[in-house]
Amino acid sequence: MKRLDDRGRIDHDHSFEFTYDGRTLTAHPGDTLASALLANGVDVIGTSVLMSRPRGVVTDNVTDPHAFAQVGTGSVTEPLMRMNEVEVFAGFEAEGRLHQGLLPTERESTRFEKRFAHCDVLVVGAGPAGLSAALAAADAGSRVILVDDHPHLGGALLGGEKLIDDKPATRWVADVEARLRANPDVTILTRTTAFNNGDQGAVALMERVTEHLPEAKRDGRALRRMWQVRTHELVVATGATERPLVFADNDRPGVMLAAGVRGFLHRFGLVPEKLVVFTACDDAYRTAIDLAGAGVDVQMVVDVRKDPQGSLIKRTRELGIEIRDNAAVIGTDGDADGVLTAVRVASLDGGVPEAIACDCLAVSGGWDPLFDLHLHVSGGSRWNRKLVGFVPDGSLPGIRVTGAAAGIFGTAGCRRDGHVVGLVAAEATGHGTTADGPAAPEGHDANEGPTADFVDVPGTERIHAFVDQHRDVALAGVDRALGSGIHHVEHVKRYTLVGTGTEQGRTAKVNAGRLTARHFGLDFAEVGISNARPLAQPMTFGSLAGRSLGVRFDPVRTTSIHPWHVAHGAIFEDVGQWKRPWFFPQGNEDMDAAVLRECAAVREGVGMMDASTLGKIDVKGKDAGEFLDRLYTGVMSSLKPGRARYGVMCKADGMVMDDGVVLRLADDHFMATTTTGGAAGVLDWMEDFLQTEWPYLDVWLTSVTEQWATVAVVGPKAREVMAVLAPELDVTQDAFKFMQLEDAVVAGIESRVARISFSGELAFEINVPMTYGLALWEAVFAAGQPFGITPYGTESMHVLRAEKGYFIVGQETDGTVTPLDLGLDWMIADKEFVGRRSLRRSDMLRDDRKQLVGILPVDSKDRLPEGAQLIDSAEYEIPVSMIGHVTSSYESSAMGRTFGLALVRNGRNRIGETIYAPLADRTVAVEIVDAVIFDQEGARRDG
Amino acid sequence: MELDPNEHALHNAPFLWRTPEPKKSYEAIIVGGGLHGLATAYYLAKNHGMTDIAVVERGWLGNGNAVRNTTIIRSNYLWDESAAMYEHALKLWETLSDELDYDVMFSQRGVLNLAHNLHDVRESIRRVEANRLNGVDAEWLDADAVKEFCPIVDISPEARYPVMGATLQRRGGIARHDAVVFALGRAADALGVDLIQGCEVTGIDVVDGRVTGLQTSKGPIAAGKVGLVTAGRTSLLTAMAGFDLPIQSHPLQALVSEVYEQVLNCVVMSNAVHVYVSQAHKGELVMGAGIDAFNSYAQRGGLHVIEEQMSAGMELFPQFSRARVMRTWGGIVDVCPDASPIVGLTPVENLYVNCGWGTGGFKATPGSGWVMAHTIATGEPHELNRPFSMTRFETGELIDEHGAAAVAH
Amino acid sequence: MFEIRCPYCGPRDEPEFKYGGQAHVAYPADPELLSDEEWARFLFVRDNSRGRYAERWNHAAGCRRWFNVIRDTGTHELVGSYRVGEQPEDAR
Repeated sequence: MKRLDDRGRIDHDHSFEFTYDGRTLTAHPGDTLASALLANGVDVIGTSVLMSRPRGVVTDNVTDPHAFAQVGTGSVTEPLMRMNEVEVFAGFEAEGRLHQGLLPTERESTRFEKRFAHCDVLVVGAGPAGLSAALAAADAGSRVILVDDHPHLGGALLGGEKLIDDKPATRWVADVEARLRANPDVTILTRTTAFNNGDQGAVALMERVTEHLPEAKRDGRALRRMWQVRTHELVVATGATERPLVFADNDRPGVMLAAGVRGFLHRFGLVPEKLVVFTACDDAYRTAIDLAGAGVDVQMVVDVRKDPQGSLIKRTRELGIEIRDNAAVIGTDGDADGVLTAVRVASLDGGVPEAIACDCLAVSGGWDPLFDLHLHVSGGSRWNRKLVGFVPDGSLPGIRVTGAAAGIFGTAGCRRDGHVVGLVAAEATGHGTTADGPAAPEGHDANEGPTADFVDVPGTERIHAFVDQHRDVALAGVDRALGSGIHHVEHVKRYTLVGTGTEQGRTAKVNAGRLTARHFGLDFAEVGISNARPLAQPMTFGSLAGRSLGVRFDPVRTTSIHPWHVAHGAIFEDVGQWKRPWFFPQGNEDMDAAVLRECAAVREGVGMMDASTLGKIDVKGKDAGEFLDRLYTGVMSSLKPGRARYGVMCKADGMVMDDGVVLRLADDHFMATTTTGGAAGVLDWMEDFLQTEWPYLDVWLTSVTEQWATVAVVGPKAREVMAVLAPELDVTQDAFKFMQLEDAVVAGIESRVARISFSGELAFEINVPMTYGLALWEAVFAAGQPFGITPYGTESMHVLRAEKGYFIVGQETDGTVTPLDLGLDWMIADKEFVGRRSLRRSDMLRDDRKQLVGILPVDSKDRLPEGAQLIDSAEYEIPVSMIGHVTSSYESSAMGRTFGLALVRNGRNRIGETIYAPLADRTVAVEIVDAVIFDQEGARRDG
Repeated sequence: MELDPNEHALHNAPFLWRTPEPKKSYEAIIVGGGLHGLATAYYLAKNHGMTDIAVVERGWLGNGNAVRNTTIIRSNYLWDESAAMYEHALKLWETLSDELDYDVMFSQRGVLNLAHNLHDVRESIRRVEANRLNGVDAEWLDADAVKEFCPIVDISPEARYPVMGATLQRRGGIARHDAVVFALGRAADALGVDLIQGCEVTGIDVVDGRVTGLQTSKGPIAAGKVGLVTAGRTSLLTAMAGFDLPIQSHPLQALVSEVYEQVLNCVVMSNAVHVYVSQAHKGELVMGAGIDAFNSYAQRGGLHVIEEQMSAGMELFPQFSRARVMRTWGGIVDVCPDASPIVGLTPVENLYVNCGWGTGGFKATPGSGWVMAHTIATGEPHELNRPFSMTRFETGELIDEHGAAAVAH
Repeated sequence: MFEIRCPYCGPRDEPEFKYGGQAHVAYPADPELLSDEEWARFLFVRDNSRGRYAERWNHAAGCRRWFNVIRDTGTHELVGSYRVGEQPEDAR
């Protein structure tokens, strides 16, 4: 195409260079990639997906089935960008890739962000209807957000030469824009696409903030911004899209949609040399008229209708343009590159075709109203025979469709309807009334004749008459699908892939549906088209994620002692969101060596551990004890203040949910500890029962996990370390018994000290306010030096507890294990608690349930992998019946051998028996033993 | 490889199915023309010689979860009962294209289940070991081996969810969902099954505790036996027969991207991050999101679930940042309390039910159809679906795939 | 994304809430009196109907209170909310 200096909305006075497919081309500010390519004579932008046929730009908007490019390079390359949306700038780089894009190969650092907004009325689309609606609603006093995906307001008015109130329509647009911008309750977002509509007015927008600017001018601002708008009223004024006609070689570069040709003239000053128009409706005559007015040699308008009437046709005729009615373009010719050179025109009654030379064929098969935002929330649609298009069916609360989206095509009609819709929406939000509102604008639209219900040219060659140009599906492909016996348009789509392209089949779906209906002699109104699923426009993963990445997606939690762990070389383990020291290697130690050393220190001297991540829930109120009795299998109300008790809780199905020690601080004050990963869930669980089942109980729950830091001092020499740390505290056995609490000053810090042990060793857990955690830890470490105090991590903790047969929720349990399976019969008190009833269901009483036992590999050096399965015999053939699995497996420094815990069918009755762990490379014989393997008599607990 | 819809355009397409009107009565009727319903009808005809049967479908064949899933196929489930059921299905998948003489594009490209913490590792090895002993192929890969098998997975230790390893089922993969609808429908039709579309069941006739027929939008149809294979809508159907089931229907959203050159050569799933993604034959990324927690029959969920999914996906695949979500959809998944299906008898004689596949029904298609057909034909459950009875909820003998680390997709 | 009216805080976006399933299903007063079948019904069977549905939500990222909502499971229409102890007729 060639550029007219006096046309279009681009800056003709300035130009810059950009790169396309390695070629340096020139463009003007305001150009899209598509307009720039057309101006540079790039008629062939790529080849088609199946048949490798040359293809060019078809229209001036995002429904173009071919106009896709790979934009940018390296980590910021973006595939399949819409050439009609992408604005070029100096240094812009792109490559023609129409069908299969390239993903970047590395992580990018581009900023994408999100904003939230609330408004009374959200108007999507700033054409005549949308602008009128926004103005009416805003003038009535509503808070309005108006969005449009173009850089400028005006919608279809930008692509035409219409008059409003006898002045160019663009003048009216500017007036309305000025009035809206002067209103502080109006937000205007351009380059912004509404892409999803959800329940209760949740509309998602994507704003292209700096995408149209060169890198240097982006100033660190986000590339795109996603808006999540909650609107009371949604006005859908998203216009309509033009659909093509189907005839042989209708995919040739130079064959375009009629309104697109007109748009390229008015928006970008681009025109062909010689034009032919092929249409089934009046609107395409505007293309003939406007391009003739721009000096283009308009050869002919070919109209499938007989004797069309109406003012546009009259005017075309007055301009001396030949109109061939009851006729069709039956084929096209091209040059060596496949670019259009002529069309062949014939009467629909037959006769000799006539070749007409042209470099552009402007085609229009009619218009499809665009109302995806109505469809996203299960809104209906119906075929309007008069319009030959789908229109919204029925209304949804808070959603109003107006303008071309509702099947209203004239500018005056759009303004009137938009105005009324704006008043109604404002009234629904409590602003103004429709009765007292300003009168609707006056004006008349051109008298347009009906669109012909016409899809394909009768008798046309079928292999290259394309129904879906993106997917390369021609009439022959549809024929083949229809010949297979399928009737439903969805099956046709899925059989042929028609309408599933990257442009979302905007130009293909309706035609495919009409062909299907006609084939079976059905009414298209009954057949319908395949559903429009969200998104209304595709959006990138990165822009949908926004800044919610990494630790902003899922926070990392650390204790106040964490910096010490890092400084001392801890290797960390993720437990839920927490980072916990896994082990503290010294020198070149590997994990096994470190863990053996740490465990030995605890069993023989003294160790210390950061237990701050354990969940802690304050339970207060006069009914606190009663409340806990109902949730734990054991009794907590009988606990005396200053004492602690271990507890297990079940879900209603009787399966173990969580465990921990409950401390009674006062008559009406308990603190329940939970597992690190289970804390939030347990608090939720407690709140649920408290609020919904037992609201009459006087109980208050507060999470205090992050209010307390906990340092455990563990081992035979723990008492000596405590004596140094807390000289005022009597730590003798008689004064400070197991499961006893004392308030004390430890290392100068007001502390709550408890004798709780998860290792079987003498242990003190010192709780201080979280901010004192690091100070306490350092004091304990210093005080323990004479005793060789050894910091240890979760792995050693797991070994030590496993030696004592203590289970870990989530390791020995998996949601299918009851307290009875764990051998906790002694913890089931004689009272009701949540889940108790489930424990006497028939399957719970079977004697072959999997039970927790200890296992000792016969080869005391062989350490089994956790997760190894167990079977009855050394020899086996696959498939083999499994009787359980290894839940924990370690090397014990105290016992000088490997050992483990396992869930084994009927395990507790099989103690002493040998079973087998069949691994891929060996089968390991193991002896079943009691779960408590080390210190069975519990002699070490008191030091 | 892309199918050319115009290919052989001058030749006749293979005939798919007739469009019959319902007869007055059938020996058996399957309610639900989704994948499991079509498979049930096919195996009833093929394995049990029952050809006086119909499938009644309220919309078009495959219009439910068949076209709203992520097409992942695997059998590496933890519990014996599940592994047996899904492995039976996987074996059928391996010969399905040949058997049905229609390419369902089953691609055994391997399924990775990533482990991100020690708990994941432990449960992964537990599952690999159980799978191996059940005769289901399974391997444990360490992080470097994961990178070698699927180069675009981010295994850097600094990642928010570091990859500590993965289970791999090499025989797992994907198939093309639409092709499976066409293949099963065509095969069932060829064996004489009436596939009746646009026929909504409005009532179930029960006389003296025994089913006798259906009331439908195309009139009453008598039936000796009826199988309900209606996934998310099953509760609505069983209510017509006077009983209810322990299932809840939720939206499960998934999405497909635009089309890219191949970058992902296998299926990647992550329990902790809750991502499951593959790249389809044409090149689009197919990714599942989490269940929307609420009950719904509206076939849509909230966009925030998709946004979360994007964040999660980019933790594993940062280079997906510029991939574009083209379409999202919500299926209605019927979920049992133990995340395992119900396939078997009901309180009504000669009325059978197949539901509760939750988020993982696609992969089970042929296996589910096989055992459902057996159950309908013989009146007794097949040994594979015997554990999946309704009564397990009373005894407590659940097949709890929630607790097991396997993501149930 | 729903906009749910918390009876204590007002309308808020869905991600602030946690779903709690069917409302008005009380934990049995004396579970030991129930048969296995009755107990299983309590544990596992919940209404799964299409249409207006009374359900529980918790304002987890807000006041943390549980309350009930009437919602249409076919259309996602949110009819109203009411507090624990109130009846569905109180929904607004």
